[in-house]
Amino acid sequence: MTSHRTRQILATLLDGDPQPGGLPHELAAWSSRSLPVSGAGIVVMVAHQPASTVAATDSVAMGLEDLQFVLGEGPCVESSVSGRSVLVPDLLRVDADRWPAYANGALDLGARALFALPLRVGAIRLGVMDLYRESPGPLLDGDLAEALAFADAATALLLHLQAQAEASTSGDPASPFELHDGRAEIHQATGVIAVQTGLSLAVALVVLRSRAYALDRPVLQVAREVLAGTLNVSRGEP
Amino acid sequence: MSRQQRIAEVFVELADTLVDDFDVVEFLTMLTERCVELLDADAAGLMLADQRGNLRLVASTAHESRQLEVFELQSDEGPCVESFRTGRQVLNLSTADTSRRWPRFAVAAQAAGFSSTHALPLRLRGQVLGGLNLFTREERRLSEEDTSVGQSMADIATISLLQERALDEQTRLSEQLQSALASRIAVEQAKGVLAARAGLSIPESFDAMRRHARRHGRPLSAVAADVISGALGPEEVLAAPQAPGRGGRRRRDPAPG
Repeated sequence: MTSHRTRQILATLLDGDPQPGGLPHELAAWSSRSLPVSGAGIVVMVAHQPASTVAATDSVAMGLEDLQFVLGEGPCVESSVSGRSVLVPDLLRVDADRWPAYANGALDLGARALFALPLRVGAIRLGVMDLYRESPGPLLDGDLAEALAFADAATALLLHLQAQAEASTSGDPASPFELHDGRAEIHQATGVIAVQTGLSLAVALVVLRSRAYALDRPVLQVAREVLAGTLNVSRGEP
Repeated sequence: MSRQQRIAEVFVELADTLVDDFDVVEFLTMLTERCVELLDADAAGLMLADQRGNLRLVASTAHESRQLEVFELQSDEGPCVESFRTGRQVLNLSTADTSRRWPRFAVAAQAAGFSSTHALPLRLRGQVLGGLNLFTREERRLSEEDTSVGQSMADIATISLLQERALDEQTRLSEQLQSALASRIAVEQAKGVLAARAGLSIPESFDAMRRHARRHGRPLSAVAADVISGALGPEEVLAAPQAPGRGGRRRRDPAPG
């Protein structure tokens, strides 16, 4: 799914010196600067509930994530469940029973518009990118496309960091660029590996990529070998 | 059945599918299959543009990697990109035509065994959303009637993209594309899961999931999600009744829902 813009964002991000707070924080800060929003947060979800906030640009963004964590409701929970963007141009116009506790809490924090974008690779739901604005108004198509490009970059980044943690003893993991570009076979092979290893799809994708790195081959090529049955990652061979 | 009758039947079928709860990827996949059938083509694929003007494959009749490659490498060059950028039909290109202009594309098309390429734009008023790409193994020109049927199919694809949610149109398009691509990827993941669990090939697992979805009147993406989560085991997906009129076994209709 990696568009050129997403590649550009990742390239710029990975090229610079890592700042305190790390790459997710830089990504959130950058997205909030280049979009008509007041701030941004990135949250990792487990079983559709917020598990950890990996970035928040300011205290309001952090407060919004804390609120969803405590209440278990809100745009990010809804976005994670549906896998779709949840776009709320004006919190005052949201049905009272949609997020009864969250909506008032968010308004008290100073947020008026909220945009939650799912971080997903097909069925793999990693988390959500939450954008907020102090004034009401929609995110129009050009801005929404830019926001979606940032969300794609955040998805790639989270998977990259997971693979890095996995491969920390053996060197750098494969480049994040090949992550979820539209190649059908990468996703098919992810499914095959999940069954062969008994791992989740998210971990299977990390395994596929770290194996490609270990073999020093493109991910697509390794995916084809998995599909052809000539490579089984659950066995010991390199 | 005459060709005219069959065309009318397909249009009715497509219109019927465009009801409240249709699955956009499944719909577009069916549309590409009907294109192949009606236009006597060998492969069809639908490419949609993201906001930056890069085309991405959303649905196709291709399963095998050489054919997929022909679509997937057209993100920024090739006949489909040309049709998308100009908003015009790009018809009857031979291998010689394509190799002059897009050498990488031509090599991939040749490797997949395709001799003729056609691309029809997905137009919406002043905008172009993407392209419908058709291939034939034999070198062949599309007749005027073929072209008009193909363009109608492209127009129906455009309508299906607008139909789905009651957001305002501007917002809908990029979000809709994103979501359609994510659903397509989930279906690919599910193909892999089912293939490994049931010992099937990738195309076989796709067919099995689709048959199951149709039998139970469920969206393909919901079936894919259940295959991935394990809620739907391979036995259940593969519990295919015999085709009506063939074989002696009685069709066992599953409970609704």
